[in-house]
Amino acid sequence: MSFNIEQLRREFPLLGQEVNGKPLVYFDNAATTQKPKAVVERLMEYYYKENSNIHRGAHYLSQQATEAYENARETTRLYLNAAFSHEIIFSRGTTEAINLVASSFSKKFVNPGDEILISAMEHHSNIVPWQMACQERGAILKVIPMNERGELLMEEYEKLLSNNTRIVAVTHVSNALGTINPIEEIIALAHQKGIPVLIDGAQAVPHMKVDVQALDCDFYCFSGHKLYGPMGVGVLYGKEEWLQQMPPYQGGGEMIKEVRFSGTTYNELPFKFEAGTPNVGDVLGLEAALRFVSYLRHDEISAYENQLMQYGMEQLQTLENIRFIGTAEKKTSVISFIFNDIHPYDTGIILDKLGIAVRTGHHCAQPTMDFFEVPGTVRVSFAVYNTRQEIDILVEGLKKVRTLFG
Amino acid sequence: MNIKEKEQEIISEFEMFDDWMDKYNYIIETGKSVPVIDSQYKQDQFLIKGCQSQVWLQASMEDGRVVFKADSDALITRGIVGLLIRVLSNQPPQDIVDADLAFIDAIGLKEHLSPTRSNGLVNMIKQMKLYALAFKAKQQGT
Ligand SMILES: Cc1ncc(COP(=O)(O)O)c(C=O)c1O
Repeated sequence: MSFNIEQLRREFPLLGQEVNGKPLVYFDNAATTQKPKAVVERLMEYYYKENSNIHRGAHYLSQQATEAYENARETTRLYLNAAFSHEIIFSRGTTEAINLVASSFSKKFVNPGDEILISAMEHHSNIVPWQMACQERGAILKVIPMNERGELLMEEYEKLLSNNTRIVAVTHVSNALGTINPIEEIIALAHQKGIPVLIDGAQAVPHMKVDVQALDCDFYCFSGHKLYGPMGVGVLYGKEEWLQQMPPYQGGGEMIKEVRFSGTTYNELPFKFEAGTPNVGDVLGLEAALRFVSYLRHDEISAYENQLMQYGMEQLQTLENIRFIGTAEKKTSVISFIFNDIHPYDTGIILDKLGIAVRTGHHCAQPTMDFFEVPGTVRVSFAVYNTRQEIDILVEGLKKVRTLFG
Repeated sequence: MNIKEKEQEIISEFEMFDDWMDKYNYIIETGKSVPVIDSQYKQDQFLIKGCQSQVWLQASMEDGRVVFKADSDALITRGIVGLLIRVLSNQPPQDIVDADLAFIDAIGLKEHLSPTRSNGLVNMIKQMKLYALAFKAKQQGT
């Protein structure tokens, strides 16, 4: 490991605090990560020195802000290795990015009787927008099943790809299980039939390098706040050929070329999909986060986080009556489990009392919970600033839980 | 004992605990000893859904007093359900409607009644009061 963990943790002031009289142990990173100083300082600088509306004024500040905003788009393009910066659309987050595609793509390409294919382990954000699109277009939602380890059944997937399939939408990494899906194969198989693929990258981008051209995905979505960036900003990558053909998602300023009461012509990419004043400050904060992650290097981050997860699995396995939910061969940064005899909510409350933040519940993936026949799980999710000592504290906490309830 | 006296009784019991572990242990034990609700009432019509834990609540009127039975799938929630039943069950409907349940705050469990906990307890209290109101209306109607 090339980074110094103590030094790194100091970049995240929030981590230094106490909760319920105990040093905070933050293991809810799949919900949102903490923010490094570089990100918070970028936001401050923007609001102290640069704030102005973009693409609108001839004045100095507006020019500066416009340039900064478009530079951030270019940084994001480089980060994902997209072919063009106009293939990068800024959104409020993954949810809005998926809604944009579900709505606009479907209006143009989905008709009654057509099929949309998602997987059994999707976050509600990658289920509900497609259900709504299906309802609106009279289409049918199909679901790729998984096995009891939480791995997609690829043979079933191939069978489900039909001449009526219009789009496939699958998560790169499952937020509830940690499974890394074989998206290269998923994309290649769909492309053999000329079907485009949307990848929900919310849980992948924080943990691995993503190259959208190498993947050859048609759409890729992620949220800034799970990647050490601010809340309220996210990214939709879309291949030019699709974005060009799709109608706008929302109407308003920025997205138009000319407005007459007799009719309006739309702006070109990427502005066609960015109606209204964009979230300039948070986009710049996101850019700072991308720089921060690039500086740490993805291979280093992955190696370190994988060590943490392995150590966590080894330690948690020693606990009585523990059942892991999601045991795929390829996993990253998430350990989901329940005690067979203790409700996840009870576990979460006691851990909270000990200053340990984990997520309990269904993780916005109710169909996944139903599949495993559990009311929810306890989810421990790692970020680059977590440590082995924190895992030891967690295991001690879980032993307390067991003495209280077991 | 009326509602206020029962609340006071619980507050005195909690004063004996000097750390949170003892307190939670007590709640958990209370949870284990809540009389089990008949499985016939463990149905959707009696279910108060929380995101994190669920509560079943059933009410009946006996000799001018409302009798509550309840259950939860999580033990801590069940323990707090037990305390609420101890205070509110077997009381006249008007007293239940008027109860401010200040004891929850006094024993340091207010956080569990926050809607953000999403454990079903907030809606359970609402539902208990609604039952009491309904029984009161029925009483006056006859
Ligand atoms: C896999 C996955 N998809 C989508 C989302 C939604 O992200 P957001 O709420 O930032 O839009 C999440 C966040 O929990 C997620 O984990």
